[in-house]
Amino acid sequence: MYTEKVMDHFTHPRNMGEVKDANGVGTVGNAKCGDIMQMFIKVNDDGIIEDVGFKTFGCGAAIATSSMATELIKGKSVDDALKLTNSAVVEALEGLPPVKLHCSVLAEEAVKAAVDNYKENMKKEAESKADNSVSA
Amino acid sequence: MKVYMDNAATTKLSPDVLNAMMPYLTDIYGNASSVHAFGREAREGVEHARNQVAAAINASPDEIFFTAGGTESDNMAIKGVAHKYAKKGKHIITTAIEHHAVLHTCEALEKEGYEVTYLPVDEDGLISVEQVRAAMRDDTLLVTVMFANNEVGTIEPIAEIGALCRERNVLFHTDAVQAVCHIPIDVRAMNIDLMSISAHKFHGPKGIGALYCRKGIVLEPVIVGGAQERKRRAGTENVAGIVGLGAAIERAHKNMSADMARVSALRDKLISGILKNIPHVKLNGHPTQRLPQNVNFSIRYIEGESILLMLDINGIAASSGSACTSGSLDPSHVLLAMGIPHEIAHGSLRLTLSDMTTDEEVDYVLETLTKTVKRLRDMSPLVPAGTVY
Repeated sequence: MYTEKVMDHFTHPRNMGEVKDANGVGTVGNAKCGDIMQMFIKVNDDGIIEDVGFKTFGCGAAIATSSMATELIKGKSVDDALKLTNSAVVEALEGLPPVKLHCSVLAEEAVKAAVDNYKENMKKEAESKADNSVSA
Repeated sequence: MKVYMDNAATTKLSPDVLNAMMPYLTDIYGNASSVHAFGREAREGVEHARNQVAAAINASPDEIFFTAGGTESDNMAIKGVAHKYAKKGKHIITTAIEHHAVLHTCEALEKEGYEVTYLPVDEDGLISVEQVRAAMRDDTLLVTVMFANNEVGTIEPIAEIGALCRERNVLFHTDAVQAVCHIPIDVRAMNIDLMSISAHKFHGPKGIGALYCRKGIVLEPVIVGGAQERKRRAGTENVAGIVGLGAAIERAHKNMSADMARVSALRDKLISGILKNIPHVKLNGHPTQRLPQNVNFSIRYIEGESILLMLDINGIAASSGSACTSGSLDPSHVLLAMGIPHEIAHGSLRLTLSDMTTDEEVDYVLETLTKTVKRLRDMSPLVPAGTVY
């Protein structure tokens, strides 16, 4: 049912767990449907994803696509990370059963949600810095 | 270590059963309906098996009809009664937790204009005889309630429902596929009119089953053609399969009380071990009124298919009611009917034992499952902060 690559990422997930000092966190999916993915990214001052982590509630494919997505965006710029597509994740895993393709879509969405959150955080940070300088 | 704990899906063929079947797969190849010696020899095997099946459930041999399995028996009983006795009425009573072989048959009849009442179950998966009584109408022609549930193992009050149906003169069918040879069944004492049986659930071959149909009840056949099985079910008899069914039911029935005690003890060891080793789990199904071979848990914060995959990597075969394993978007209709929320139903695990299960296998499953759950919970974003697991 699953390729060796999927089973490899399921049994040895890469970058599993929270990133303590993450500055972008995205959560997608819904427990009612049986899949939730949480993606943590730590982006440095040059806009590069220095560290990445994930936590996933879901089937084997959900865990494997999360793991693969973290590998594909680690060390990339946030803008490159936004270009990650679900088909790139599927390709890197050497295929997914058709009923599991939605897991790869979820992985793509999780990356986007984490980057969006990072950008929001940056904006807020910039705003509060501006506010602080005004009040000072 | 390889451990098979998916015996509700199917069981291993018993070597004794295979031995009984072998002559009918080799030398005795006649058509059981032929008049010549080759045919008569095959016929003897078929009729011997019919006696064996009848003896195991306290029926008479002419009340046993061979089919291709449980699903066909369910179709044959429900459609057969509905079509034959439509004049009496078009109302059928069943439960929300039946096997799809019953549910989809009822849905097909609804499209033909029949009305079906699907009785809800309580949190243990039980229905009560009072519910059946309250649902009965003048035009009720059939009640069909499973003997024991295939997912959660809950045993329904079949004798009480049988007595009520007999008193009200309503036909009563039970899908006993999970119960036959696992718990005592007496179709006379329990007032059962029709009952579905499947051989591969008790170490018999796949593709063979039977329908018990009480004398005097006429069924409109579902499969038409030749006059086999007294015109109830056309098609050349699956002689080797029938012989296998007979041998399997006799073997299992002979050992049933000893097996029940031994398998129940292993089941209880597994249940108490899981409750002790793994926090945040809930036993699904009735705590005591359950099949000796069934263990079903909801394991919080993790998903069923990933549990199965990880157990499989470690040599353990189990099953789950999660959506990912059912091929649909919803988790098991049985768990949902019992009021278990979607997100918890996705994390269900069924372990089903057999008389071939050993104590060492139970120990290995306990040890492996404990590690598996811990590992998957490490990955889960649903575990609340500070939770000990």
